[in-house]
Amino acid sequence: MTSDSNAVSAPAAGGNSLSQLADLVRNGAIFILLVLLMIGFTLAQPAFIGINNLMSILQAVAVVAILGAGVTISMAVGGFDLSVGAVAASSVMAASYAMIVWRLDALLTVPLVLAFGATIGIINSFLIVRLRIPDMLATLAMMFLLTGLQLIPTAGRSISTGLILADGSTALGKYDPLFLTIGRSSIGGLVPVPVILTLIVAALLYVLTEHTRIGRLLFATGGNELATRLAGASTARLKVIAYVLSATLASLGGIVVAARVGRGDVSSGSSLMMDAVAASLIGFTVLGLRRPNVFGTAVGAVFVGVLLNGLTMLNAPYYTQDFVKGAVLVGALAMTYGFGRARS
Amino acid sequence: MSLLSFRNVAKAFGSTQALASASLDIDAGEIVALMGSNGAGKSTLVKILSGVIEADAGDIRFKGRSFAPRTPAEAAAAGVVTVHQSTGVVGIPGLTVADSLLLDRYADKAVPLFLSRRSVREQARVIVAEAGFDLPLERDFGDLSAADRQLVAIARAIGHRAELIILDEPTASLSGSEAARLYGILKGLAARGIAILYISHRLADLEALANRVEVLRGGRVAGSFRRPIDFDAAVETMIGRPLAAAHPDARHASGAAVLSLRNIRLLPHSRPFDLDLYAGEVVAVTGVLGAGKSRLLTGIFGHGRFASGEMRVDGKPYAPRHPTDAIAAGVVMAGEDRHRSSLMPAGWPGEAVRSTISLPHLPRWFPSGFLLGNRETVEGARAISRLGIRAASPAASIWSLSGGNQQKTVIARWEAEPSRVLLLDEPFQGVDLGARQDIIAAIRANTERATLIATSDPEEAAEVADRVVVLDGHSAIPSAPASTDAIQDLAS
Repeated sequence: MTSDSNAVSAPAAGGNSLSQLADLVRNGAIFILLVLLMIGFTLAQPAFIGINNLMSILQAVAVVAILGAGVTISMAVGGFDLSVGAVAASSVMAASYAMIVWRLDALLTVPLVLAFGATIGIINSFLIVRLRIPDMLATLAMMFLLTGLQLIPTAGRSISTGLILADGSTALGKYDPLFLTIGRSSIGGLVPVPVILTLIVAALLYVLTEHTRIGRLLFATGGNELATRLAGASTARLKVIAYVLSATLASLGGIVVAARVGRGDVSSGSSLMMDAVAASLIGFTVLGLRRPNVFGTAVGAVFVGVLLNGLTMLNAPYYTQDFVKGAVLVGALAMTYGFGRARS
Repeated sequence: MSLLSFRNVAKAFGSTQALASASLDIDAGEIVALMGSNGAGKSTLVKILSGVIEADAGDIRFKGRSFAPRTPAEAAAAGVVTVHQSTGVVGIPGLTVADSLLLDRYADKAVPLFLSRRSVREQARVIVAEAGFDLPLERDFGDLSAADRQLVAIARAIGHRAELIILDEPTASLSGSEAARLYGILKGLAARGIAILYISHRLADLEALANRVEVLRGGRVAGSFRRPIDFDAAVETMIGRPLAAAHPDARHASGAAVLSLRNIRLLPHSRPFDLDLYAGEVVAVTGVLGAGKSRLLTGIFGHGRFASGEMRVDGKPYAPRHPTDAIAAGVVMAGEDRHRSSLMPAGWPGEAVRSTISLPHLPRWFPSGFLLGNRETVEGARAISRLGIRAASPAASIWSLSGGNQQKTVIARWEAEPSRVLLLDEPFQGVDLGARQDIIAAIRANTERATLIATSDPEEAAEVADRVVVLDGHSAIPSAPASTDAIQDLAS
């Protein structure tokens, strides 16, 4: 229902089959590229297309897709949540601290960490909605704050069993095995749990943003805040919803990371923010929507994952990864804004 | 020889002849007021004199020499400075008044790169002394009142050795006492030989200041009035016909008021007034820019607050804190400038005609929260046929529609569900005559509801409404129904 622009542009552009083809290429460009990439990688390295490798790609992008979905929602309300990476990283620390120092089990740790994320979301939205700090600055500041905060409880040390605390005692708790299944097990020995989790999250958020009235109002807030307010909706509340969702999703991403790594590593999640933002922005090109959309974000995350995995299999050095991601992002943005504008 | 001679000047924008052979003379030390309704060519004339646009034809001489500035800076260098209505552009919040006074000198390459605080203050003091009034030089420009900002602009004009100062609706946002201070300052400038061209609709301004009133209509000077000025004749010249009679099918209000306002003060110090709207009635509120029309409408809609006063809807107390409250009570508003106040950007979810209509009604139409079913499309199709909206389908983008059809869609939004009071702020901006008739017919078809239309065009007000209320200085002028009195007031 929300893809009105597509529904209209198809018949409106009719008559000129060449321009229709051009539209098709533009809207499907990322899928065409994806297929070409996969064919190329398979030809060069047949192991690429193996089911285990494909699953490992999906496992690798799961966290980025979850965080990217959060960024996408913040973009829908016209904002930009830059704190997702830091929220995820501090959630890793929070989960580890809860289990190793406080000796909590998985059933307590997970809700606790999600509540931590939601609290950050509430603080973010307080800064943005009540104090009217521009969203990018508010979440950038929150990013710095959390990056520093996560170091304080352990005096900058990573958290694992045997951690010596500030008071000299030793933390003897350990990761709950149940918690570790979130990151390390797979369904039927094939589909990793994080992939399932990501699919569920992506499906729920897709329905929320594209097919519910809340979703319509979230986008309306980002599209024209004054018009949304004058239509009787509380744009403040909608922004709170968006930022709380975004931060809660980021802490869910942090839980997945913690459950995979099995320790509270101070450097975990350093690249998550950039990756999540890149996935959301690449998502703009998907279907030629030129706007934030959850489906596109998931596709964007997979696209980057396929590219990195394939290049790694071709023995491209690890230090080229950031460059590749950056190049894809620049290309996607050029396609969205540069060539997309020619149409309108 | 006059200071400025403006002879047979013409200017067209596409097929619109904004100025057609307009002629005007101004002598040194003279205060000339320029009147004219919307589209009469006032702003075109001002823009030509201030170097924003160039004339197509005609002869302009300033101090006997040919005058054709290509930029505002050139005009200022020649001695013609314009003080615009929006004084926000004069300075920059965060800079002091002294800096704001010297802002254009900073941009001058001849000024040394390094400025000491003292030299800035010194230069600013010289300018203010020359202007002959006082300004708080060390204050932040952002903290100044609109009146003081205007004085900064005037002082800067004096600093430029201006010989002709053009003021565009200078009192629109000023209180009575601020305006009186401005009159004094302007008279002082005129006594020193500075000519002033003054654009205003306020009779009070013209009475207090003008040596002469020039009336523009249809791009030419239709009349010139010297002191003592016959304002009735000037207004008749301005609107181009004898003052109009009442609306032909005017309805007479009866029964209880749907909306009643009591002792409303739009601003803390404005005069309180009352207003009643009755079912089936279309009331227009008019007045110059800044008279408080939008403030009145947004206050009723809960998007702004009145300084004081009480409202009732159908006799029940009504005090909206947010548009949500207003809509719940059946008070709805289509804001000024539909692009800003009502529409989603192109390519964004909610840009379709049907989604434009459904935006405020989503909770009622989709109680489950999921956008399932075809309620939106059905309502969109109904609106398209009822208002004659020219759109390919309810799913068509609002941006594929003409201005008039966009406006019809915005009106259709508030026709889709019953309401008690419909507020329309400048609903006919960029709307052609045909669409305007359709919209008026649709509004009048509903006899259960009261409609309040804000418009700055007095002729439009008289045309669409049963009754016209005139706002001046944030208060309603007590007046009869759409009669000659009212029209005279609103032309002011």
